[in-house]
Amino acid sequence: MSSSKASASPEMETSLALYGSMSRIRQFEDRVHADVIADRLEGYVHCYAGEEAVGVGVIAQLRPDDWLTSTYRNHGHAIARGVPLEAIAGELFGRATGVDGGKGGSMHVADQNLGMIGGMGIVAAGLPIAAGAAFASKYRGEDRVAIAFFGDGAVHQGAFHEALEFASLFGLPVLFVCENNLYAETTAVDYHLLTDSVAAMAANYRMPGVRVDGMDVFAVRDVAAEAIARARAGAGPTLVEAMTYRYYGQYEGDTQTYKPPREIADYRARDPLLRFRATTSGRIDAGLLDEIDRQMATDVDAAFVAAEAAPWPDPTTLTADVYASWKD
Amino acid sequence: MRELTIKDAINEALAQEMAADDRVILFGEDIAGGAGRDEDYPEAADSWGGPFGVTKGLLGKFGRRRVIDTAIAETGFIGASVGAAVAGLRPVAEIMYVDFIGTSFDQLLNQAAKLRYIYGGKVSVPMVVRTVVGAGFRAGAEHSQTLYSLYTHIPGLKVVAPSTAYDAKGLLIAAIRDPDPVIFMEHKRLYMRKSEVPEEPYAIPLGVARIVREGTDVTVVGVQKMVHTSLDAAVALAAEGISCEVIDPRTYSPLDTETILTSVRKTGRLVVVDESHPRCSLATDIAALAAEHAFDSLRAPIRQVTAPHTPVPFSPPLEDLYIPSAERVAEACRSLVHHRKAMP
Repeated sequence: MSSSKASASPEMETSLALYGSMSRIRQFEDRVHADVIADRLEGYVHCYAGEEAVGVGVIAQLRPDDWLTSTYRNHGHAIARGVPLEAIAGELFGRATGVDGGKGGSMHVADQNLGMIGGMGIVAAGLPIAAGAAFASKYRGEDRVAIAFFGDGAVHQGAFHEALEFASLFGLPVLFVCENNLYAETTAVDYHLLTDSVAAMAANYRMPGVRVDGMDVFAVRDVAAEAIARARAGAGPTLVEAMTYRYYGQYEGDTQTYKPPREIADYRARDPLLRFRATTSGRIDAGLLDEIDRQMATDVDAAFVAAEAAPWPDPTTLTADVYASWKD
Repeated sequence: MRELTIKDAINEALAQEMAADDRVILFGEDIAGGAGRDEDYPEAADSWGGPFGVTKGLLGKFGRRRVIDTAIAETGFIGASVGAAVAGLRPVAEIMYVDFIGTSFDQLLNQAAKLRYIYGGKVSVPMVVRTVVGAGFRAGAEHSQTLYSLYTHIPGLKVVAPSTAYDAKGLLIAAIRDPDPVIFMEHKRLYMRKSEVPEEPYAIPLGVARIVREGTDVTVVGVQKMVHTSLDAAVALAAEGISCEVIDPRTYSPLDTETILTSVRKTGRLVVVDESHPRCSLATDIAALAAEHAFDSLRAPIRQVTAPHTPVPFSPPLEDLYIPSAERVAEACRSLVHHRKAMP
C-alpha cells in the first residue's frame, strides 16, 4: 500500500484517508456485531455501521485541537478522530487497557488528548456540552470549534432547543450534526418529527440549517468544511442534518422487526463505502481500496485480540476517579 | 398455582387494569414500537414492547389510542401524564431507564409531587411512572442506577420496588388505583424471576412490608433485588446456626416502620442491604429509624451493606465488586452476632 500511496496526488491522499477511516469503522463494527452474537462481548453496544460517511466527513475537517461530543453510538466518531483501536476495543471488553480503563464501556468512549469529550448515554446530553466547549473557545479568544453529534430522536429534547438557543445567542463556534438514520430506536422519523426536516428547525434559532446526503462522504465533507470555516471565522453555529441509515439494531440484540427487510437492503445498496467506490471509479483503483479493507480488517483483528488478552482493571480502581480530590 | 415472571406479572397487571378502567392509558418511548412504520409495514407494530418487552401485546389488546408511543421527550409525556391525571385519567408512563429521569425531573419533583399540597388538597395526580433500575447488566454508569432515595426523599411521591412477581402484580394494581403519583421501580435483573401469581386482579396495599423469612438472631432488611441476596445469605448462615429474619419493605414511601422495628426489637441486630450508593440512602434511612426507635433493643451496631459511593462501573469484574454480595451480607450478620459490647 505504501508504494501506491507514494505516487498518489494530495487530493487522492485525502480521498484515500476518508475511505480508510470509513473502512476502519466498518470493519470494527462488523467485528463488534459478530462478537456480541458470539457472546464474547457483554453490555449495551450500539453500532455505527451504515453511518460512517457522516462522522468521517465531518471529523476529517477538524483540527487536532477542536472538540467533539458524541452519543452512545460513538465508536465511529472515536475511530474517525483517531482514538487507537486497541483502546476502544479494550473499553468494550472492560479491560484495564480500555480508553477509560474499562469503567465507561461501549457508550462512553472519551479521549481528551484528541478533544473527544466523550460519548454520552443520555439522548441530547452532548449538545449543550459542545456549546459550552465552544463558549470556552470564544471566551479565551481561540478559534477552536466544537461538534455535537446526535440522532434524529434527540431533537425533541429540551437540551437540543436550549443548546441551539444558547449557541446562537452567543454566536458560538459549534456545529450541531444530526445523524438522521430515520429511526428514534424503533420509532420512524416520519411519526415523531412534525416539521419538514431537522435542518428546518435551525431557522427558529437564526442559524443556517443544511441537509446533506449522509451516505456521501464527499458531500458531508463539503458541508462540514463550510460550516466549520464559518464557525472558526466567528460567524456562529450551524445545524447540519445528515440523512443516513443504521444497518444494525438500536443496540446489539435488537432484531429490528420494525424495519421492512427491503428497506435495509435498499440502504445497503446505497452504502457509503460503495458510494465512494462509484464516485471515484476511474480515478482510484478498486484494488487499492480492497487492499485498504484488508489492512483495516487486519488492524481490527489485532486490536480485538489484544483487547481480549488484556488484564482486567485493578479492583482498587472501582472507587478511584469519582472526584479529583477528596477529604481523607 | 401457575408461575409468572415479574415481567409477565407486570404486563398482566397493566392489561387487567386497562380492561377494567378506560381511564388507564400508557405513555412511553417504544412501549409498543414501530410507530410510523406500521401503517405501510404492519409487522413493525409492537416490535419492542419497551426494551425488555414488558408491555408487549398490550397494543394488540388496546390499540394506539391507549398504548401511546411518544417521541424521546420525557418532559413532554411526564408533564402530560400530570395533566391527564389532574383531568381524570390514570396515566401509566414509562421512563425507559431510571437514569433518564433527569430530563423530566421538574414535572415529578415540583409538579406531580406538590400539586395536591400547594393547591390545598383540591387536586389529585393519580399517575404511575414505571421505570427500570439496577446494576448487573453491563450497562454502564448511565443505565444502571437505582436512585430509590431520590424519589423517597420527595414528599408527595409514593415509591414502590417489588422483588417478586406476586408483589409486582399486586403492587402495580394498587399503584394504578392510588390517588397519588407513584414511582414503580422494576429491577432489570429480576424481570425473569418467577413466582406464583393468581390470575385474578388483586391489590397489595402500599406501606405493608413482607417478612420473607422468619428468624431470631439478626434482622436483615433488603431493598428489592437485595432481598434475594439477603435470603441467600440467610440460608448460608442457617448452616452456621445463625438465624436471620429477612424483611422486604416492598414500598419505601410509605415505609412500614412497624414491621421493621418489631423485628429489630426481637432480634436486637439489624443489617440493611441496599444496591444504591451509601449516602442519604434507604439504608441510612432504615438504619436511622432503628437507631432512633429501637435503640434500647440493639445488642450490636447497625450494619449497612451497600454499593460504594461511586457511579456504576462498566467493566464486569468491577461491576460484580460494586454490587453487594451474599458473602458481604453474611459477613455483616456474623460480625453482629459475634459483637461484644465494651464494658462501660
